[in-house]
Amino acid sequence: MASPTTTTSVQQLEHLLLRMWQIRWFELRAMELFEEKLIRGSVHPYIGMEAIAVGACAALREDDYITSTHRGHGHCVAKGLELKLMMAEIIGREDGYCRGRGGSMHITAMDRGMLGADAIVAGSSAIAVGAGHGLRLQGRDSVVVCFFGDGASNQGILHEACNLAAVLAAPVVYVCENNEWAISTPVTASTSVSNIADRAAGYGFPGVIVDGNDVLAMRDVAAEAVARARAGEGPTLIEAKSYRITPHSAATKTDLRPPEELDAWRARDPILRFSRYLTGEAGVEPARLEEIEEQARRDVEEAVEFAKASPRPEPEAALEDVYAPADWLTPGRLA
Amino acid sequence: MSGVGSTEPHKSAGAGSAGAGVGAVRELTMSEALNEALHEEMERDPTVFVVGEDIAAMGGLFQVTSGLLDRFGPQRVIDAPISEAAQAGAGVGAALVGCRPVVELQIADFVSLVMDQVVNHAGKWRYMSGGRVTVPFVLRGAVSSGIGMAAQHSQTLEAWFVHAPGLVVIMPSTPYDAKGLLKSAIRDDNPVVFLEKRLLYSRRGPVPDTDYVVPIGVAEIKQEGSHVTFVSYAQGVHLGLQAARQLAREGIEVEVVDLRTLKPLDIQTVVASVSKTGHLVVATEAARAGSMASELVARVCDVAFDALRAAPVRVTAKDTPMPYAAPLERAVLPQVEDVVDAVNQVLGRVPVGR
Repeated sequence: MASPTTTTSVQQLEHLLLRMWQIRWFELRAMELFEEKLIRGSVHPYIGMEAIAVGACAALREDDYITSTHRGHGHCVAKGLELKLMMAEIIGREDGYCRGRGGSMHITAMDRGMLGADAIVAGSSAIAVGAGHGLRLQGRDSVVVCFFGDGASNQGILHEACNLAAVLAAPVVYVCENNEWAISTPVTASTSVSNIADRAAGYGFPGVIVDGNDVLAMRDVAAEAVARARAGEGPTLIEAKSYRITPHSAATKTDLRPPEELDAWRARDPILRFSRYLTGEAGVEPARLEEIEEQARRDVEEAVEFAKASPRPEPEAALEDVYAPADWLTPGRLA
Repeated sequence: MSGVGSTEPHKSAGAGSAGAGVGAVRELTMSEALNEALHEEMERDPTVFVVGEDIAAMGGLFQVTSGLLDRFGPQRVIDAPISEAAQAGAGVGAALVGCRPVVELQIADFVSLVMDQVVNHAGKWRYMSGGRVTVPFVLRGAVSSGIGMAAQHSQTLEAWFVHAPGLVVIMPSTPYDAKGLLKSAIRDDNPVVFLEKRLLYSRRGPVPDTDYVVPIGVAEIKQEGSHVTFVSYAQGVHLGLQAARQLAREGIEVEVVDLRTLKPLDIQTVVASVSKTGHLVVATEAARAGSMASELVARVCDVAFDALRAAPVRVTAKDTPMPYAAPLERAVLPQVEDVVDAVNQVLGRVPVGR
């Protein structure tokens, strides 16, 4: 466990743990709700990667922004979105963040700086550049963190976006969550470099490798990259090495990953590691950790209850919000 | 038509908008008219900015962004790398945080490189968010057929965007409409695909020096007639007007309807005209299968089948890639004589199927 390079109160450390547990319990419950057929389609759990989102978002201000992926619940929780509205969205209810239009892969919450989860791999890498430039144009010094996976690192638009971000010195931080596997293809078979961070050199900005299962290390490298972006010095690529402990998605029953590899990563569980640090070096009572986990479990359970009680959208609502209000938009006129 | 001196800056129907409005009326090219629109909207709203290839110092391949760099600076007039997808994606991102970006595709065929950003992102973001966000984003592109640019620089691809939910699609035919519609597009809170026919950039037309807009979703009758309704947009309108002049010598009156906006579609104006004439010819410079022409025929049949006295006729490009050599390109693109033939066919003056 990295020692925090910034002064951090126990309260702040406990908050990081709470967020990680909230993600963990949220995902465990979401997988159950999928089996109970309350969730349609699929959900892509973030279990095992909690330290990345929580660490990175701990380096952000409320008025900073993030973009996210199909595996986006963790980013949402870490950015401070409401669990209730998230869960309602995921089970397709009217009170959900997107009124049931988006589902698990498209949660958007502009009031919390969440530009939207994007289920096209690498799809939001250029959106982050434009958002960063647009914020700067409006005189704001907000930063945009773009989360993406190892798979996205091989998409063409990521190359275009990184180059454009560098050329514009856009206030963007790229966080590559390298969890080692696509659905069934290991990153070693799909990717030309051992360290995706090395590719930053091709764009002339820093590439940093960090232990993605160490929430404090993650927060520290993110803080440095965010400061750089905010100061107008341009983007940084952070490669967070991690692993997803659960299958690709709740709907994907096949898992070709070696069991011993999974076991090795389970032993490096980011929540367990941080808990050990808290009870050791940071001197937090073990009973307090149990309270935090219990609070997270309760928060998630309340979210589930809220979501289940929320009404289903009316079928007619399917035709709403295709377009923003406009003079030309008269009822029945869509063509 | 109210004519010169009217206090109404623009009428949506009548014998052309030329000369309408208060203030001086200049003869401008479509490039100049579009350029004025950008100058005015960037002046009006500091969140408007333009991105594209060679658009800053050079002012764009067709001078549509000329002078913007000097006036608004490099943060708002951005010479982008040749990364069309990233330009479009950046436009979407900037729109999400409250800007009004205008992205220029040097050649409209390059939309194939940006389809994911436009269709999967710009067009859907509002809906996927449950109406919580707006994406006021304009993608402009030059449709470059008819000048020997061959298969990868000559496509007319508006149908791709008409098919994708959530987008507005505009194709102007005159400098007046181009300026007024681009201003409307920039002010609209929805993503707009704005396709400009390259051969029309240098075509002149009257443009008043007032701050007028042309409303989205309103077709205009460019010429009145009682025998046949001809519906098209962009270059197709000019084919129709030329054909109408020829046919007038034979006593046939063609009503030329310029859609101007393809989505939303002003079906009311089309149906009103068809109800009057009973005959419909539609034209597009796009390939035939799955075209806007096909959609128009279907829409009219949906709501006004009883008004039709003959099967509607489509005038389109052939279903081929665009060939290079002049005789080949001419054979693929619709010509004035094709419109004349179509009108004769719909009126039963020639055998069907020629």
